[in-house]
Amino acid sequence: MITHDVLIIGAGIAGLRAAIGTAARYDTAVLSKVHPVRSHSIAAQGGMNAALANVEGSKDDTIEKHTFDTIKGSDYLADQPAVRVMCTQAPLLVYELEHWGCPWSRLANGKIAQRPFGGAGYPRCCYAADRTGHMVLHTFYEKIVELGVRVYEEWLALSLVVDNGRVHGVVAMEMATGRLECFGAKAVVLATGGYGRVFSRSSNALINTGSGIAIAYEAGVPIEDMEFVQYHPTTLYGTNILISEGARGEGGYLVNNRGERFMERYAKSAMELAPRDIVSRSIQTEINQGRGFNDEYVHLDLRHLGREKILERLPGIREIAIDFGGIDPIDTPIPVQPAQHYSMGGVATGVRGATAVKGLYGAGESACVSVHGANRLGGNSLLDTAVFGKLVAEAVPGYLESGAGPPDSRRLMDERKKQQERINGIISRSNAAESVGTILPAMRETMFTKCGVFREKKLLEEALAALRELKERCRKIGISSGASLRYNPGLMNALELPGMLEISEMIVAGALVREESRGSHWRTDFPARDDQRWLKHTMARYAPEGPQFSYTDVEITDYEPKARTY
Amino acid sequence: MSRKPGHTDSEYTFKLFRFDPDQDREPRYDTYRRGFPPGATVLEALLHFQETEDDSIAFRFSCRSAVCGSCGMLVNGAPVLACRTQLSALIGDQVLVEPLPNMEVIKDFIVDATPFWKSYRMVEPWLHTDGEAAPEKERLQSPRAVHKLEPYINCVLCACCYGACPVIGFDEEYIGPAAIAKLFRFMRDSRDRRGAAFLERVNRRAGVWNCRTIFRCIDACPKDIRPTDTIEALRREMVLYRFKKFFRLVR
Repeated sequence: MITHDVLIIGAGIAGLRAAIGTAARYDTAVLSKVHPVRSHSIAAQGGMNAALANVEGSKDDTIEKHTFDTIKGSDYLADQPAVRVMCTQAPLLVYELEHWGCPWSRLANGKIAQRPFGGAGYPRCCYAADRTGHMVLHTFYEKIVELGVRVYEEWLALSLVVDNGRVHGVVAMEMATGRLECFGAKAVVLATGGYGRVFSRSSNALINTGSGIAIAYEAGVPIEDMEFVQYHPTTLYGTNILISEGARGEGGYLVNNRGERFMERYAKSAMELAPRDIVSRSIQTEINQGRGFNDEYVHLDLRHLGREKILERLPGIREIAIDFGGIDPIDTPIPVQPAQHYSMGGVATGVRGATAVKGLYGAGESACVSVHGANRLGGNSLLDTAVFGKLVAEAVPGYLESGAGPPDSRRLMDERKKQQERINGIISRSNAAESVGTILPAMRETMFTKCGVFREKKLLEEALAALRELKERCRKIGISSGASLRYNPGLMNALELPGMLEISEMIVAGALVREESRGSHWRTDFPARDDQRWLKHTMARYAPEGPQFSYTDVEITDYEPKARTY
Repeated sequence: MSRKPGHTDSEYTFKLFRFDPDQDREPRYDTYRRGFPPGATVLEALLHFQETEDDSIAFRFSCRSAVCGSCGMLVNGAPVLACRTQLSALIGDQVLVEPLPNMEVIKDFIVDATPFWKSYRMVEPWLHTDGEAAPEKERLQSPRAVHKLEPYINCVLCACCYGACPVIGFDEEYIGPAAIAKLFRFMRDSRDRRGAAFLERVNRRAGVWNCRTIFRCIDACPKDIRPTDTIEALRREMVLYRFKKFFRLVR
C-alpha cells in the first residue's frame, strides 16, 4: 500500500493548484490518468474573469458586479455566498498566476488585458491570446515541478474507499502494467473534471469520462445538479472542437442562411454575447426552423475583424479552423453548432471543498459548489478551478490537524480484491456478445438526441429506458485482448463505461423530474422557470435501481430571483 | 468522425507498428485497408481500428485538437501529432504509423518519455523571481515583451522535436530542442531573474553545444517553433557572458 497525507485525483488546473497549496507542509501526491499537461484544462481558450477594471470601459467594474452577473447567469440557482467568495478571490488568482509566470496578454500600459465575454456587464475576462487554459495549466505545472510534487502519471482511480463516513483512499490501476494498488490517504481531493464524453457531440477531450464523479457516486457521496449540462453554442461543425466565446467577445457575428444576425431576435441588447444557454438555444432554433446550413450549423463570421486582429487575438482559433475545418476565418465564416461543453453539476461540496464524507474534498469541474447554478458564464470555469483548488488546499490542513487517523488498510485491501475480481471477469469474457463498442456509441447518441439543448418528457423517458437497458447489457461486457494488461485500452474503456452509464442516468433522471426550464435545462413541455417548486438543488444518491433524489434550498442572500433577460 | 453530406470516402492502406514486450519478441506491422471521409485524421483512424478491429492497439490521446501534445508519432516517417494529421493531406494512399524514435517503446505507439521530461526539468522550467512577493497587483509587462515570448510559449511538450533530433539518436545525454526552447522562453521573459549565469547549466556538450543545426526539430514542431534558433541565440549569449565575465564586466 502506498500512503500519503493528501492524495489529489486529477492533474488539471484545480488538482495542481490544490497540490501547490498543500505540498509545502504535507506529504502530497497527485494521481492522474494522463500526464498533467494533457489534462482537459489545456483546451480552455477565452480567459478567466476577474474584476480588475484594467481596461477602458471596465473602470466601474467591481467584485459585486461580477458576483451579480454570475448569479443572474446561473438563472439564480447558484449559492450566492459561494459566488461572492469566488469573485472576491478572482483578482488574487489572476495576480498569483502572473507572479508565477503566466504570459497574460497586456495592455499598452503594461496591465493585464481584458476582453468582453458573454453575460458580463464589463470587459472582465483576462486572457493569454486564445490559449488561456494552456498558459494557466503550464504555469501551475511549472510550479509543481519547482516544488517537486510527486505525480503518479497514467494511473486510473477505479474506486473510492469510504467507510463509516470517512475516506480512506482509492484503489487505482497502473495503466502501464494493469497492476492494482491501494493508495491510502488521510485526505482525498477529487479534481477529475467533467463527463463530456457521455455525449456524442462534445467539445471535451476524449479522456473526459467523468470517472471521478462516478466513483464518488458509487461510494455513496451525494452528487448535485447533474441535469444542468452546458451546451456551448459555437463548436466546429464536424469535430465539435471548441471555437472560443472570445471570438464573439472580439466582435464576431452569428449569421444564418439568410445572412441575418439572428441573435437580434433572442437577445436584443446582448446579441452574440448573451449567456451560452441562450445562444445555444437560439442557434438550435434557427437550425430547427430551416435557417441553418445543411440543417446542421450556422456561421460564425469573423471576417470584419480583419486579418491583424484575428492574428493577434485569435491565433489558436484560426489554427483550429484551418487544421480541422479546412477554412481560414480571415476569408471564410466558420461553420458552428452547439455541443456539450461543461458540467455544472458534480460532487456536492461546500465553499471550502468539503463533501458529505470526512476527509473527501472536491474542486473544479467535477465538483458542484454551486457557483454556476443552471448555467455557467464563459470565463468563470478557469476561475472556478483555480479558486477552489486554492481554497481546498487551505481547508485540508484543518482536517489533517484535527486528528485524522491513518487510513484503514484492510478496507483498501478488500476493495482491491473486489476490483481485481471485476477485472478478471472482464478479461474472462473474451468471447462476450457485448463490448464497449456495442454500448458506448448507443449511449452517446441517446444522450445527445434525447437529452440535448431542448428536452421533453417523452424523449427523456425513452432515454432513461434505453440507458437502463444498456446498463443491464454492460454487466456482461468482455474484451478480446485480455492476454496482456500492458496499456490495454480495451480494459480501460470497459472499466470506465459503467460509471459513464451511471452519470448519464443521473443526468436524464434528474432532467425528467425537474419540470421547469432554468438555465441550460430547457423543457419544451415546461418552458418557464418555476421558482415556487424548483428553486432548489438536486441531490442524487446511488442506489442499484437508479439514483435517489432529494432537494436542498438554494442560498439566496443578496439577490432575489428576477426575470432573466439580456 | 463525421461524415458530411455530399462527400465520398477515400481508401487507404494502413501499416501499424505493433509491439508488446510482454508478448512479442519483435515488432510487427498490422495492415488494414479502409475508406475514410475527407477531413479524417490519423488519430480518428487509430480510434476506429481500436474500436472495430483490435482493442489492444495502444496510443496516447486526449484533446484531439492539437493542444495537449499526447499523440506525437511517426506518420510516413515524419514526427507529427496524429490528431492534426489529415489522411487526405498525405501523399498517396499508404499510411505507415510508428512510434516516435529516440525513446524506448513501451507498447505500440506509446514511448517512455522519461528522458524528455528529465531534460525539461533540467532547465528549471519555472519563472525565477527575487523571492515571493505577495501578489497584490500584477507586475507590468509591455505587449512587446509578451510578444517576444511567442511562439515559444505555445510549446505543447509533445516531444516531436525530441523524436526528430538526430543528435539524440547517438548521444542520449543531449538535452534536446524542447528543453532549450523552454529555457529560452524564460530567459526572454522580462520578469525572469535567473540571469546569464544560468547558462552555465547548459554550457556543455550535452547542453547547447551538441546541436549540429540539422533543423529537423523545426520541421517537426507542430506549433511552428524554431528550437534551433533558440539554441544558436543561447550559444551567442553564452559566449558574450563568458567574455564579459573574463573582463569582470559581470559577476
